[in-house]
Amino acid sequence: MQITSPTFKANATAALADVNLQKAMGHVRTGFIDKRKASIDLLPEFDLLRDSAKAIKDHTLAHLDLYLEAYVEKVEKSGGHVHFAETAEDARAIILKLCRDVGAKTATKGKSMVTEEIALNQHFEENGIIPVETDLGEYIIQLRGEHPSHIIAPAVHLTKEQVESDFRRVHTHLDVNRNLEEPVTLLNEARQVLRQKYFEADVGITGANFLIAETGTSVIVTNEGNGDLTQILPKTHIVVATIEKIVPTLSDVSQILRILARSATGQDMSVYTTLSTGPRRKGDVDGPENYHVVILDNGRTKMIGTEYQDMLRCIRCGACMNHCPVYHSIGGHAYGWVYPGPMGAVLTPSLIGVAQGGHLPNASTFCGRCESVCPMKIPLPKMMRHWREREFEQHLQPLTYRYGLGVWAWFATHPKAYHFMAKLGIPVLSMLGSAKGRFKSLPLAGGWTKWRDLPAPEARTFQQQWAQREARKQEVR
Amino acid sequence: MDAKSNILSRLRVALLAPGDDSARKAAVAARLKSSPNGVIPARAQLPAASQVDLFIAMGEKFAATVTRVKSAKEVPESVSDYLRSKNLSSRAAMGSDPRLTAMPWSKEKHLELKVGPSDGTDETGISHAFGAIAETGTLVMTSGADNPTTLNFLPENHIVIVEASTIKGDLETIMADIRKSYGKGVMPRTVNFITGPSRSGDIEQKIILGAHGPRALHIVVVG
Repeated sequence: MQITSPTFKANATAALADVNLQKAMGHVRTGFIDKRKASIDLLPEFDLLRDSAKAIKDHTLAHLDLYLEAYVEKVEKSGGHVHFAETAEDARAIILKLCRDVGAKTATKGKSMVTEEIALNQHFEENGIIPVETDLGEYIIQLRGEHPSHIIAPAVHLTKEQVESDFRRVHTHLDVNRNLEEPVTLLNEARQVLRQKYFEADVGITGANFLIAETGTSVIVTNEGNGDLTQILPKTHIVVATIEKIVPTLSDVSQILRILARSATGQDMSVYTTLSTGPRRKGDVDGPENYHVVILDNGRTKMIGTEYQDMLRCIRCGACMNHCPVYHSIGGHAYGWVYPGPMGAVLTPSLIGVAQGGHLPNASTFCGRCESVCPMKIPLPKMMRHWREREFEQHLQPLTYRYGLGVWAWFATHPKAYHFMAKLGIPVLSMLGSAKGRFKSLPLAGGWTKWRDLPAPEARTFQQQWAQREARKQEVR
Repeated sequence: MDAKSNILSRLRVALLAPGDDSARKAAVAARLKSSPNGVIPARAQLPAASQVDLFIAMGEKFAATVTRVKSAKEVPESVSDYLRSKNLSSRAAMGSDPRLTAMPWSKEKHLELKVGPSDGTDETGISHAFGAIAETGTLVMTSGADNPTTLNFLPENHIVIVEASTIKGDLETIMADIRKSYGKGVMPRTVNFITGPSRSGDIEQKIILGAHGPRALHIVVVG
């Protein structure tokens, strides 16, 4: 997919003016935030489970090479095949070959962010294989030629009226006078259209929420049931996952499952949590005959041992973006690549480079809500700060920004000069703004005053007020 | 070198894995062998009888319907009553699980049962659960000829029979039961944890039941 992260500012400006987007984003509070809180309030052990889950992932990452080897051995023992891919390109080639080996014409897909990361649909289309997204949200955005704007709710940026108009445009074989006003009628229509596709597909492709080393098992967590129909009806099931999806045991995955659904959708458990191990067994009457797992690196090994390693604990619940004021305001597409919100602001520069993704870690108020709701306790603001430092070191910001920072840094490290300038400037600003207490516009501060007023300062500087306060204390004594 | 070796060797370098890696290997082997349990919520640690009650309450909370019968002999009549109460046809597909086939279905003369996987035309599927989890009202289904996975997803209505003695408080205990039944480190092809009927919130975050899987989930607890 085309990366538009470098034009983040323009993307965000357009998003703020998009009426449909702003209306659709209004559902995030009731849809996610309130439900998450309600489910967590009913589980007093939630924070203990977060610590437990974090410890499991930290232990796994510290032994990742060994757990990967143990996992591969188990998959092969159960009759499955594991393929390693270093890059997105390698993964695409492996998957295409697996599809061609079985003469595939159509591939159904369960919801998978990693197949977005490797732009698999486009690759299929260029090579004569029809990809069919089966998750309702993914299906809708595929019809629109878009990418997901949220990692678990891909069509969160759309209103039901937009979905209706897409269904009328594409499902031309259905009665033009049908009523599609309610979401339930839209869902039923998608169910009916997609049902046949599951049976027609030669290959079913899913992601994985976890890969379990103890048993060689891949796990998907879903609500619709589309991921399961995708993986049990075609002859071949291909799982695409990244190296950090490994967890050691069935017991470990149980711990993480307790915090995953609650953090994501406010459910105690998602409707379907499915554990798949190898192809169908002797005597089985359904299930896939071939089972392949493609394990992708795509830059993740480079994060190990760095200040970004903690990001590899991420279980893709979406809580950080659901609670992010920036994400609420601009939606996911403005971020310009696959992963939006705070987790995207950290992961995107890691995977595509700070030169392309550097705006994203700047798109934060550092309010800290993302870290406070992260079930894996990932220090997202701290890592965004690291990226800002990398960006500065590599001279990637505009010159005015760098000069501005340079001037500020000089004053900040020369207290006498700082005090002198403040004493000179503050009374002037205070006097100019005294009538209204704020400025509607100010020379050199247009970037600020275009969107909001600047409060006029008090007549005296902070240091002056502090000194006076201390002096008064002395007098009292 | 191939991709696997490259990735693994990059990891070893990044993790500063020592030449003598015996301590790390021992830690991994120990965890895989002992699979230690972590935090088990208090609500999952109840006496067996209360666990069944909790399972029923949680199942209903997540939009399943539940009935309880005293013995396996009563299941066919209960299933028949359910189909009638929902105005559903008397045809259903069922797996060959001996616990199901041993039930007195012939007493329900109007029921037409097909034994085998679903081809997508069945209105109702009947399965027998491996067990269930009280803390979340979750059914645990294991695949095989006895309980084909397609029955869990293709029919519009799914009826699941579960024995009260197999309902456990927490997820970890069920994982231990799977290890006991299939052998340590061995799994059936598919294990489905099912909590309520299928649903989607993808349009304006409004939850609607009956997405791609069953629109209704009915549970019969035996014992």
